[in-house]
Amino acid sequence: MEYFFSFFLDNLLLIYLLVFTIILGFEVIAKVPTVLHTPLMSGSNAISGVVVIGAILLVRRTDPSDVLTLSFGVVGIILGTINAVGGFVVTDRMLEMFRKKKK
Amino acid sequence: MIIPFLTEAFFLLGSIGFIWGLRLLSSPETARKGNIYAGIGMALAIVAVLVVPLGENPPNNYTWITVGIAVGTVIGYLAAVRVAMTAMPQMVSLFNGLGGACAVLLGLADVLHYYDGSKVVDSAGFLTVLLTLFIGGVAFTGSLFAYAKLEDLVDDRKVTLPQHTLVNLVMLLGLIILGGYLLMRGEDIGQEAAIAFMVVSLIYGISFVAPIGGADMPVVIALLNSFSGLSGAAAGVLVDSQFMVVGGILVGASGTILTVMMCNAMNRSIWNVLIGGFGGSTASAASATGGSVRELSLNDAAIQLFYSQSVVVVPGYGLAVAQAQKICKEIDDQLSANGVDVKYAIHPVAGRMPGHMNVLLAEADVPYPKLLDLDEANQALASADVAIIVGANDVVNPAAETDPGSPIYGMPVLRVWTAKSVIVMKRSMRSGYAGIENPLFFHERTRMLFGDAKDVLGKLSSEIKTL
Repeated sequence: MEYFFSFFLDNLLLIYLLVFTIILGFEVIAKVPTVLHTPLMSGSNAISGVVVIGAILLVRRTDPSDVLTLSFGVVGIILGTINAVGGFVVTDRMLEMFRKKKK
Repeated sequence: MIIPFLTEAFFLLGSIGFIWGLRLLSSPETARKGNIYAGIGMALAIVAVLVVPLGENPPNNYTWITVGIAVGTVIGYLAAVRVAMTAMPQMVSLFNGLGGACAVLLGLADVLHYYDGSKVVDSAGFLTVLLTLFIGGVAFTGSLFAYAKLEDLVDDRKVTLPQHTLVNLVMLLGLIILGGYLLMRGEDIGQEAAIAFMVVSLIYGISFVAPIGGADMPVVIALLNSFSGLSGAAAGVLVDSQFMVVGGILVGASGTILTVMMCNAMNRSIWNVLIGGFGGSTASAASATGGSVRELSLNDAAIQLFYSQSVVVVPGYGLAVAQAQKICKEIDDQLSANGVDVKYAIHPVAGRMPGHMNVLLAEADVPYPKLLDLDEANQALASADVAIIVGANDVVNPAAETDPGSPIYGMPVLRVWTAKSVIVMKRSMRSGYAGIENPLFFHERTRMLFGDAKDVLGKLSSEIKTL
């Protein structure tokens, strides 16, 4: 328990960030209408490509002689980029179809 | 001083781009701009992470990073411009899986560095590593398996073990115990145990998706979407990136909300979806629907539609499978030209992912104000002259309201039988995706038109032309 208390006090800012982002996320997304649920999903899917940031950090920190970690990082960058780029492009394609139908 | 300031400012702007982008997604008019803002947010963050200072002379490996980003961009772009709109559920599943896989790789790298002593991790940090491996692992293999199911590469029934729920529970319990043990005695038992934890998480992902199928696919995809976001957030704590935490949590929230909405639309709890599919239930043998069905000639159908005041179309996945959206829109135009008010009633779980049917109709140039959600549709149906059902089944089943023995009893449905007359377009008398009898077909106001949706709609369109 002691450990939990000190963890809480040491990471107060991170905990605030988590809690407020969760609340904000629910508030913003609950307003999205049924019509747009698929684009919401593929758009948020693209956002989950943020892992690419972690992969880039990993590669930048890895000594070139550490081939294993380097390959993890590079594969991670490829996968994360596919997720992000593919997600944003396909969402744009979908939303364009919704827009041009405006009367 | 200026470089650290700029990079952190970029990360902050990137986070704002995500939040603002999602906010703009709440209206069809601004949605496209919203997606672009989110994309710009991501681009800003990538620029920032490339130049952010990392201590004395970091190795950087810029060549490798450039190669990775270039390869990923080309593959992602080509996949996105080529995919058919009917295949969106598969595409989203696959992308969910990639994000999860990336998080697993980050977690694994941390495990290796923890055990070879090149990185110091406290127990809160180690817990985050385990969470990244678990959530990312489930998102990775679960999504790939969901993809295989949607592509009909695997048969739902053949991948379900006897007592599958029990198998899953045992596996989950094992993971919790192993994880707890690792947290307390991590350094003593070696990296093999941590790698075993990852492998079991990966197997659990497959096993957890295996028994879920059929009509429950939208729930699974939404849930895995939330997992892929949460794994990103966990990895963000790992590499100490607030930007990743914000992005990941937003995706987690969006996936969670959609999961809950899909469950509500089927009147089932998430637990109920996870432990047992529709397919296995044999509940409602009692509701043997007697009587015979009445067929309708194409000519009669054409006359009925053409001279009515209002028509409500209820599209189901059958419409999408037959690629009949365009011809459906043609009939809409023909009827509208004669002053008929044509609307579309879209059930939340129509199609195979949340909102799927809306996208397919938008692709066929149907204006979005004509697409009604459940409540609006039920109001419109009550005063409609004709309800025409194209390839939908369970979402228009009156048993959901009248037969307490039916597996879908209590699920909100489109009350098509309140319209003055009902035309059901169907390939055959086979029961729907969920395998449940539908008394609507035997209803006194119902007339059937058998055949492939595209074929029948095509003939119907030419009949209307002759009027």
